[in-house]
This record gives sequence, C-alpha cells and structure tokens, in this order.
Amino acid sequence: MGMTLTEKILAAHAGVGRVRPGELVECRVDFCFANDITAPLAIREFEKIGVATVFDRERVAMVPDHYAPNKDIASAEQCKIMRDFVRRHDLPYYWEIGRSGVAHVLLAEEGLVLPGEVFVGADSHTVNHGALGAFSTGVGSSDLAAVMATGELWLRVPETMRFVFHGRPAPWVTGKDLVLRIIGDIGVDGARYAAMEFAGEALRHLTMDERFSITNMAVEAGGKNGIMEPDDATLAWVRPRAKRPFAPVYADRDAEYARVVEYDTGRLEPVVSAPSSPGNVVPVREAAGVPVDQVFVGTCTNGRLEDLRVAARLLAGRAVHPRTRMLVIPATPAIYRQALAEGLIQTFLDAGAAVSTSTCGPCIGGHMGVLAASEVCVSTSSRNFVGRMGHRDSKVYLSGPAVAAASAVLGRLAHPDEVLGRTAAGVSA
Amino acid sequence: MIFRGTAWRVGDHVDTDVIIPARYLVTIDPKALAAHCFEDLDPTLAGRIQPGDILVAGENFGQGSSREHAPIAIKGLGIACVIARSYARIFYRNAFNIGLPLLECADLHAAVESGDRLAVDNETGRIVNETRGTSFQAAPLPEFMRRLVDAGGIIEYTRRKVAGRR
Repeated sequence: MGMTLTEKILAAHAGVGRVRPGELVECRVDFCFANDITAPLAIREFEKIGVATVFDRERVAMVPDHYAPNKDIASAEQCKIMRDFVRRHDLPYYWEIGRSGVAHVLLAEEGLVLPGEVFVGADSHTVNHGALGAFSTGVGSSDLAAVMATGELWLRVPETMRFVFHGRPAPWVTGKDLVLRIIGDIGVDGARYAAMEFAGEALRHLTMDERFSITNMAVEAGGKNGIMEPDDATLAWVRPRAKRPFAPVYADRDAEYARVVEYDTGRLEPVVSAPSSPGNVVPVREAAGVPVDQVFVGTCTNGRLEDLRVAARLLAGRAVHPRTRMLVIPATPAIYRQALAEGLIQTFLDAGAAVSTSTCGPCIGGHMGVLAASEVCVSTSSRNFVGRMGHRDSKVYLSGPAVAAASAVLGRLAHPDEVLGRTAAGVSA
Repeated sequence: MIFRGTAWRVGDHVDTDVIIPARYLVTIDPKALAAHCFEDLDPTLAGRIQPGDILVAGENFGQGSSREHAPIAIKGLGIACVIARSYARIFYRNAFNIGLPLLECADLHAAVESGDRLAVDNETGRIVNETRGTSFQAAPLPEFMRRLVDAGGIIEYTRRKVAGRR
C-alpha cells in the first residue's frame, strides 16, 4: 500500500522511507511562526531551553495580528515582547503595523509556505496552508518554543480522511460552503487527530482564495491538518512568491484512506453554521430571516481578495440596512491595496460599511466590533462558540462572503438570491 | 500520585473560548487567567472550584484555538487533573506540555455529578467515585506521552535533547 499526501510529506521530513498512521515521528520543520497572543509564552519557554538563538532565523516568523494595532496597554506589552525578541535575534520575518496582516494570509502571500513542506504555527488556523499542498498544523506556545530551538517537532502520523468534491459547485456555493457542509456532516470532532485531504474536479472551479477557506477550517472538524494536492493553479499562485526552492508532493495512487466522503457539489446550496457551534450547519434558506445587528467580512478564513469581490458584487449600488452595521477587514495590506485599485473599497464605503486596517479584529471578540448581549452577527470567520465575538448571550452565524453581504443589505440573514437573483450567481465561475 | 477532590462536571465539546475567552489573552499570568476560566460557560464556576478539585468532561474537551492559556487557566484554578471522554489534539499536547495531568475515560462522565468526591490514581489510571461507590479505569497513557511527563514536559525534554547534542 502506498502513502497519502500527508504521510509522504511527514516521511520525507522524518528521514524515513515510509510512515504509518499512529506512528510517532520526529519531523524536520521548514518554517514556523507565532502571533502576538502566542509568542510571549513561546518566547518565555524558548528562553528556558538553553540555546543561544533560533534554529534558523530565515525560518521563524512573528506576526502581530490578533490585538494589533494594540487595543490597550496589556496587548501593547505583549506585542513589545515579540518585537524585542525579533530585534534581539535579528529575525527578518516580522512586519510592523501597516505592513502586517492576518498571519495565515500574509505568510502564504509572502511565499514563506510552500508545497511539500512542513509548516507549524502557534495558532490553530495554521491548517490554512494545506491548500498549497503543505503539511501545516497548529500547536501551542511550548511546542512552538521547542520548534524555534531545534527545527523539529514530534508528531503522531494521522489517519487520512479523503473528501472528494465532484461536479461544479451550484450558484453561490463557495469554498466556505463546502467546508461548512463537511463540518456539519461529520461533526466538530469528526476528523479528530486526522488529516483531511480535499480532492475532486470541483476544486478546479475554485479560486486559490476559496481553497484556503476550506483547509483553514479543517481544525473546526478536529483535523490535524487539511491538505490538497497542488495543481496548475496552485503552482501558478506559488511560483512568483516562493522564497525558497520547493518540490510538490503527490499522494501514491494506492494510498490508504481511513474514510472517503464524496459530494456532488452541483447539488449543494449555501449554508451557515448557526449558533453556537461550527458544526451546527443549516441551509441559508432555513435560517433566513433572523434580524442581523452586525456583519463581518474578514479573517484568515474569508478576508481574501475573492471574498471582497464577492461581497462588493452584492453591495454595489446598494446600502447596508439601516439597523445593521457592516465591517470589512482585508486580511493583508496587499489585499487592501488591490481592493482599492479595483474600486471595492469605494463600493464598501458607498454602501455604508466600515473598512479597517488588516487585523484579526472582531473574530476573537477582543476589540473592533465586540457584540452586546442578544446581538446577532453574520461573520465570515471560522468560530461561533459562546462568547466568541463578545457577550456570552450574543449569537454568531458563520457564512461565506455572499451570504454575509446579502444579510448586510437586507438587515436579516439572507440568501444572495434575495439580493441579486438567481441569474446573477455563478460566484465560483 | 493520588488526587482526591471534588468533581466538576462539564459537557461535550467544551471549547477554548469558554475555557478562557480571547478578550483576556493579554497576559500569561496563571492567576489572572484563572479568574476568568469558564466565565462564558458559568460565571460563578471559577469562584467555586477549590485547589485539588477534579474536572470531568465529555467528548472533544478543549476544541478550538491553540491557546496554551486554556490549560494554564485550568491549572491556575488549582484543578489537580482533567478526566474527559476525549480531547481536542492541540489542547491535549498543551496540557501535557504545561504539566496539567489529563486522563481519558469513556465511562466516568455519565456516572458522576458535580460535587461527587473522586479519588484518582494518576499512575494506574484507577478512578473511584467515593460518593457513589463506583470505580473506573482510565486509558493507559501513550508511551511517548509518559516519556514527556517523566522528562517534565516538552521544554525540559527539549533542553535535555539540545544539551545531549553538544
């Protein structure tokens, strides 16, 4: 029996011919990073290990994104710990506010994550980078400290679950809808400890931005990583950015999968995760009508250019509903700049939406759009746990950008058809 | 080590956002984090938990974020150990790394109420519900996790590994 994509990458990085699910391996790590919440702990632990500096200064990044620009003195102190460490160790991959963005989007954009690599981040949404054909997973601060010191991490080789998307996605069905559908079907622990490999011809109809939305949420099903085989679109996206040489890895034809789940994407429809679990997935049509106080388009899940384009299509020539507020946060300055060039930012401002500098912002309920008790938010983020975006009695519906923008226009949870009509769909074309 | 303490029972899929909401992740001080532990699940819970108490959870405990602040907050409350039906993977690693003992037991959760007195042998995995006179067996710790625990966590393990290469 051959190996899956995840197994092949881990075997190569463990320096062994083959690995089997359940084995423990010590893997070489190609790149690692921490953010302003996880770095202070990682730095404190790193300093206990007894090494003079990081294993390779070209392979460790620090990204201020969660509470940057700083929301208060305490968060400013956390960022300063990170900034001081970067200067002390002369780390080249650090971005100050104005050049920084949401880490997962920024690091991929910078060409610091590449096909066939092992990437580790002290942030659970590090699974994001599997869309590039890399093994990419989140760890805590202490594990990251160990990686920073040694360039190695122990890992249990995961079983691989394979999700095959057939056909061409139905109108308004985006990458986000596909991954929410899976989480709804298998549950928030349906892929616990497993690799989630996404495949099938429908992926060819998705932009790279949409593919990232899928791998980004693998952790919401309990997955250790989400991964896709690189295709022409992947390589065309990666090549101009790559900071290092790379070699794509592909699964063996006779690879063994723990489970295969197949979808006819032409029969799917836009969905939301209703409060208060990403696994509480229902078709938008069934949840439509709920009055909405706030709409948020942004984050590592859906703050990319394609997401802004989709949202702008629905908002062009329309206004955000008077009882609703809308926040748009491009995930990186490069995305912001391109959105500006394409007139998307003008569309958002004209519609009455607020546009902010790149940051995780309201996704974690710490600042910039915190919800009051009983308020309802439609968010393109990845988590709607109790209290995630504010008061414990606030409610969050997770959606793709089309549903979010349609809901902003109508002031209630809405299917995009209600705003643009069926003929105007074809988001994934 | 034998832990004897009062059980606090929580449900399935308890996530890291309710263990310690992100709005408090502006410090790494265990006591400051502990003060807000489980706040969005039950705002009175942190105030009622006593040092040495034992947390009993259902499936997928600790799902969500990679924040190591979650096990740090639980340890900061003085919780002696957590016994869950299953754990989310990053939380599982983090807890071992910061020295919060975890046990996995399929049967205890349905047979315990908050307030029951538990005795837990962390070495053998033997769990006794002294209030109800019932006993349970936790799953044995995977061999590598045992080595990590014996080494004193990932940082000490890594420190020795690095020192050994010199």
